[in-house]
Amino acid sequence: MNITLRDITFSYDKDPVLNGINAAIEHGDLVALVGPNGSGKSTLIKCINGILAVSEGEVLLDGTNIRTIPTAERARKIAYVPQTEHKAVPMKVFDAVLLGRKPYIFLKPSNSDLEITSGILKQFDLEDVAMRDVHTLSGGQQQRVFIARALNQQPDILLLDEPTANLDLKYQMEILGLLRSLTQQNITIVIAMHDINMASHFANRVVMLKQGSVFASGGREIVTAENVEQLFQVKVRIIYENGTRFIVPVE
Amino acid sequence: MTGTGLIDQYRRYTRNRLFFILLVIAGIVVVGLYAVISGAAGIAIKDVMSVFTGGADNITNQIVLHIRMPRVLAALLAGLALSSSGAVMQSILRNPLASPFTLGISGAAAFGAAFAIVVLGAGNMFDGSALFEDFSPSIGSSFFDRFGDRYLVMGSAFIWSMTSTFFILAIARYRGVTPEVMILAGIAIGSLFSAGVSAMQYMATEAELAAIVFWMFGDLGRATWHEVAILSLLLIPILIFFSMMSWNYKSLQSGDEFAQSLGVNPFRIRLSGMLVASLATAVVVSFYGIIAFVGLVVPHIVRRFIGGDESFLIPASALFGALFLLLSDTVARTLFSPVILPVGILTSFIGAPLFLFLLLKGLGKSYWT
Ligand SMILES: Nc1ncnc2c1ncn2[C@@H]1O[C@H](COP(=O)(O)OP(=O)(O)OP(=O)(O)O)[C@@H](O)[C@H]1O
Ligand SMILES: [Mg+2]
Repeated sequence: MNITLRDITFSYDKDPVLNGINAAIEHGDLVALVGPNGSGKSTLIKCINGILAVSEGEVLLDGTNIRTIPTAERARKIAYVPQTEHKAVPMKVFDAVLLGRKPYIFLKPSNSDLEITSGILKQFDLEDVAMRDVHTLSGGQQQRVFIARALNQQPDILLLDEPTANLDLKYQMEILGLLRSLTQQNITIVIAMHDINMASHFANRVVMLKQGSVFASGGREIVTAENVEQLFQVKVRIIYENGTRFIVPVE
Repeated sequence: MTGTGLIDQYRRYTRNRLFFILLVIAGIVVVGLYAVISGAAGIAIKDVMSVFTGGADNITNQIVLHIRMPRVLAALLAGLALSSSGAVMQSILRNPLASPFTLGISGAAAFGAAFAIVVLGAGNMFDGSALFEDFSPSIGSSFFDRFGDRYLVMGSAFIWSMTSTFFILAIARYRGVTPEVMILAGIAIGSLFSAGVSAMQYMATEAELAAIVFWMFGDLGRATWHEVAILSLLLIPILIFFSMMSWNYKSLQSGDEFAQSLGVNPFRIRLSGMLVASLATAVVVSFYGIIAFVGLVVPHIVRRFIGGDESFLIPASALFGALFLLLSDTVARTLFSPVILPVGILTSFIGAPLFLFLLLKGLGKSYWT
């Protein structure tokens, strides 16, 4: 699905937090949303999701304004993993991931709901903990539960707000690799993240947000030392290792 | 582990949860039968049977049909209402301390009853006969002997508790339908009404004071077929509503934003859930007085057995609450027979230590940490 952001302005109180944002996200893109704390990444993701209503402009999914799509249908199209500290969920991992099937379930999950859920649990390496209470898992395991649950919605669009924040190196690579492979299966993905190197390795598009406006956007090539220095107000250096570029901060 | 192995495991887990529910239903049948045959006037099972086949004598008929049966059914229905409301409120407010009385319903209902007794002049005719089961001069062991007074007190209790509910929900609509706003508003309104009750008690005559105090102890001795009929008619749609909402309540557990991304409107779900749970509670309280701790403790006990999944938690809590209240009332009736304790006193006596016990066993650790 294509996502078009047209002149989006949003404010919680008086001052706009997002200021005239334009972007065209293509079907199958993996977009990394980067920017300093408070630049509006989470807010933008909630606007794309339709959880927040934009004050001006519009969010279009394949040309349709998101707010005109009924919420039940929206839940089958867009899945979202929030950034905020997850609430202790008083249920088993299996039930928590099964909850992702909610948009398809009325009272009782069907056999296919159970099968899809069990497949996702395997894919996320969660089968061994499937019958444990979510709150007994480590932070990274819980994070995997929430990503697994979002995928269990079988969405066309997946929005993730700092999904790798709690993950160890192996699972960062694995989850980001998995997400990238999902784009082959026609899922469009937007990830807010802080690791600029991970962003430029895994994403095919990067959107840099600064104070609620798009500072730069384009392919990985926009992740230059100059852009990063201006965006985050730190000095950085570029190192090459096996032909791959890495950005490291310098004192 | 293979994928189907995982599904089998989950199915087994689901079967265990269903088994728990069946066990509780079996418990209700057993305790229900025991409750009908036991009491000040001993009645054998075969005499109970003969009531239904038409061969019983008049007194047995009266006791079984007009005293014990409505009382047993009232205990079951009140337990069902209070516990399912408690489970729903704890879920939608994401708070282990939420109970059917969170929105200040008990205080408001007590005020309503006191208002009817003192200001509207109901309930002057109180006599202590309700304390003695099976020997009450008025069959049905009604609390207030004058028919009109009884319904005046009930009506006033109900109207005041729904007024307080609407008031709190209106505040929540204005300030944000969040658990915090609702809980804090409930506490504030609750203490306002307690002050109101105190004021009423201060103005009351001695007889009125006694009537207020006796009203406030939840007591199923007031049960008649009228209330049983009203309660069942009301509870059927309410329980269906809760069941249909269970996936929405589950979604709220991971936070409002996540729930929204599943297509759930947290505001609407929370408002409707609170309204319906409050309605069920208000009806029970205005019929039978304040029966504390059942709605708070029962969902916690049930969670220990089957976990926090609302699809199972709500029906299981409803049934377990029915069993719990029936058991409590039967003990309250038979412990010092022929004198009966009001069940509200007993549930507080059992409920508070039970809650502390669960707390020590790590109720806070399992959920909402
Ligand atoms: N609920 C809210 N009410 C008022 N202001 C808010 C609210 N949420 C965020 N803001 C403000 O909006 C701005 C953008 O916040 P946002 O959470 O979108 O930033 P972010 O880019 O996701 O930051 P981070 O990297 O820290 O997650 C910030 O200035 C923040 O203070
Ligand atoms: Mg953020």
